[in-house]
Amino acid sequence: MEFFRIKKDIPFMSYGRLTTTISLVTFILAVFFLGTRGLNYGVDFTGGTVMEVSYPHAADIESIRKAVDSVDLKDATVQNFGTSQDVLIRLPIKKELSIAQLSEEVTTALKAADSQVEIRRVESVGSQVGDELFENGALALLIVLVGIAGYLAMRFEWRFAISAIIANMHDVVIILGFFAFFQWEFSLTVLAAILAVLGYSVNESVVVFDRVRENFRKMRKADTVEVIDNAITRTLSRTVITHTLTLTMVGSMLFFGGEVLHYFSLALTIGILFGIYSSVLVACPVALLLGVSRANLIGDAGNKKSENGEEEIVI
Amino acid sequence: MNRYPSWKYILIAASVIIGLLYTIPNLFGESPAVQISPARASLKADQALLGKVEAALQLAGIPFDGIYLDDSGVKVRFSNPEQQLKAKDRLIENLGQDYTIALNLLSQTPDWLLAIGAKPMYLGLDLRGGVHFLLQVDMQAALTKSVESTVGDFRTALRTDKINYTGVSRENLEVEVSFENEAEREKARRLLATTYPDLTYTTTGSGTDLKLKAVPSEQAKKQIEEFALKQNLLTLHNRINELGVAEPIVQQQGFDRIVVQLPGVQDTAKAKEILGRTAALEVRMVTAHGTRSDARDFDPKKTEDALKGIIPAGSELLYSRIGEPLLVSKSVVFSGENLVSASPKPSQQGSGAEIAVSLDSKGAGSMKLTTREGINRRMAVILVEKGKKEVLTAPTIQAELSSQFVITGMANLQEANDLALLMRAGALAAPMEIIEERTVGPSMGEENIKSGVNSTLWGFAAIAVMMMLYYMLFGVVSVTALAINLLLLVALLSMLQATLTLPGLAAIALALGMAIDANVLINERIREELRDGNTPQASIRIGYEKAFGTIMDSNITTLIAGAALFMFGTGPIKGFAVVHVLGILTSMFSAVTISRGIVNLIYGYRRKIDKLSIGQIYKAD
Repeated sequence: MEFFRIKKDIPFMSYGRLTTTISLVTFILAVFFLGTRGLNYGVDFTGGTVMEVSYPHAADIESIRKAVDSVDLKDATVQNFGTSQDVLIRLPIKKELSIAQLSEEVTTALKAADSQVEIRRVESVGSQVGDELFENGALALLIVLVGIAGYLAMRFEWRFAISAIIANMHDVVIILGFFAFFQWEFSLTVLAAILAVLGYSVNESVVVFDRVRENFRKMRKADTVEVIDNAITRTLSRTVITHTLTLTMVGSMLFFGGEVLHYFSLALTIGILFGIYSSVLVACPVALLLGVSRANLIGDAGNKKSENGEEEIVI
Repeated sequence: MNRYPSWKYILIAASVIIGLLYTIPNLFGESPAVQISPARASLKADQALLGKVEAALQLAGIPFDGIYLDDSGVKVRFSNPEQQLKAKDRLIENLGQDYTIALNLLSQTPDWLLAIGAKPMYLGLDLRGGVHFLLQVDMQAALTKSVESTVGDFRTALRTDKINYTGVSRENLEVEVSFENEAEREKARRLLATTYPDLTYTTTGSGTDLKLKAVPSEQAKKQIEEFALKQNLLTLHNRINELGVAEPIVQQQGFDRIVVQLPGVQDTAKAKEILGRTAALEVRMVTAHGTRSDARDFDPKKTEDALKGIIPAGSELLYSRIGEPLLVSKSVVFSGENLVSASPKPSQQGSGAEIAVSLDSKGAGSMKLTTREGINRRMAVILVEKGKKEVLTAPTIQAELSSQFVITGMANLQEANDLALLMRAGALAAPMEIIEERTVGPSMGEENIKSGVNSTLWGFAAIAVMMMLYYMLFGVVSVTALAINLLLLVALLSMLQATLTLPGLAAIALALGMAIDANVLINERIREELRDGNTPQASIRIGYEKAFGTIMDSNITTLIAGAALFMFGTGPIKGFAVVHVLGILTSMFSAVTISRGIVNLIYGYRRKIDKLSIGQIYKAD
């Protein structure tokens, strides 16, 4: 079996204007939704309590709400999830009660209302923990970016490093945009997924860059655009197959992984899909824009052709 | 040539065998067990205890599958949970005084595997159920408390050396001593600076209002904080022992936090009550009381006045547990942080029971000083809980006491036990607050395991089918390498006993999904070489060589992301990061070395190959 029977190199770089426009539009949309709707942070970040309770019969949301209200909580939400027997209760932080006392009081109230209730999961996070998570999360993101950029600059060239990072950030912002648009819960595990996507999507750029470097050596007469087009075309088969396989795995998590892994795998799915697109159609045009050339990579001076390539793509 | 030197095959075979050995324990189930461990340091888990447990169970007619002794105590295995519960109740009756009896689950891994250290993976709370708490230690309070005790130390030191001062006071972390003349201040400064070198001294004021100020040095502050955390860790350990949890985790996190994990605990209310107790213990002198006429400071009138609200300066009115009003000095003889141990024992003089108390050197010194002049006075043991002070007991001092003494007069062992427990529980060096709580029910844990394992297995199966259809024999090789990758990863996690959480399980799945990339790269590369007209053998060689550089580069970038996750992540993120990083490492080995080994075995020893079974190769002519 072979899916890819490509006779000629596909002129990816000549679509530069189109792909850059698409990227720019999705990026701006993502930023727009992040700005207007914001992320729906989970308790890990905001502090508060989430309780997952289950009944042997269909849950009576009204009576649960009453039980929760009896603890005098104004902004508590009670909703079904999954089946009609499972209920998710969200409680905000209450100043005069410690988080430990709060969950205890609610549990008592629920048990008083219906003794058959089973407390399946309680997550209570104090406000001081959330602030640190923001800090650590941002710091981790920064370290990953700097670390990867540093490695790529050393292994390839700074132009590649910068374009890979731009492609990466593009992916991250778009995932966040999705989470903002759909108001999916942004939890710690989602953050882990995003950081994993960072490493994964750079993978993709590295494979293409590797081929670009090799092509610069082999295709002595070709200009930069031809070299890049050839590199993308020749790795296309691998790109599609690998991502299909990884997506299969992630899809399996989405399908079998249950509630806890749901948003985690969702973030990975979006990240991988956009990762393919961006590492090829964002990273390469940006590298061209930055003026990457044969001379940069293999120290072969006096190559004029790269400049033609550069002009073609400048928008 | 596509042949490995024999050591490489041996390496591959060895890693697969070791992988298998360490993965197997995960396949055995768990059986219900009861764990019996000593509740006090003075008791040992030994053969005698094993005999006692065995005898008790046989007497009660409760059958068990196995009984053995290890570092943590005696463990007894049962065939069903009912027997386990029955045995637990029975053992509490027989041994509950001195030993902690906890329910546990034991892996059914055979002994010969345990002997080589092969154990199942250590499951996190989200997979096995239990409670997780994150406690924040109030370091400011620890510092204040420590400086507060310096105030008393200063007074004692100055008085002993007969240096005239007009007052000692504390503001925040600063102790201020006032003097009327320069000579006394200088004397005091020299004395204090040599006796308490941990403090930084400054002098201010003029005329007859001279001041000597002392603040703890940065180093001293750090020491105080470290001590406070250590003391709290210890206290938590003791408190949790009372709870009877099989494998509790009490660990420092950062410089002012403590993580407590109690696997299998369902009664979170009790756990929280015990952990969240912000109790502190203080021992002070009684200045007036109205009950024991034979003891000093017997002054019913003063006590009655106090009840009406006339309380002398330096004293306060407190009540004992039986409601006796006592006037108690505000200065502390020793506090919970000086308490080393408090354990109940039967009374040496006939009936009743007593508590043997042991103090650290600082507590002992101050106890000695106070009791020398305080024979026949009463001493109040006060438990401060959430700002409420209660006198636990107020015994009469019989002799000059130091680091070891007993508190007598308890009616029975149970009373002594309760009191000793309260005293020990009061030994928190600084108050703590629960800032994070996660509870996972047991059914939830099982479900989480199921969803994690299912997603990995189904994902793996789908990938395997796709790979084999697309790459034929090379696909089979890739899938074999991927399976070995899974084996090695699980074996490594079991060996390291790293905590496996649900995000960790997700990371295993993701590691497989990402590891396949290396195989796809290699296979595509070989196809390409074939397309370019290379011979099959050369294509294999060049394909692997060329793909290797790319695989390295892409894995290193992924490793960087994994390392950052590990460094800055907490809880679920850390669990994810550990598996993620290990997964990258095993995948590099399996995708490159192992798959090449298999390919070499298949093709490397043939003289002539017409065609590689790697699927269709399309050539655009």
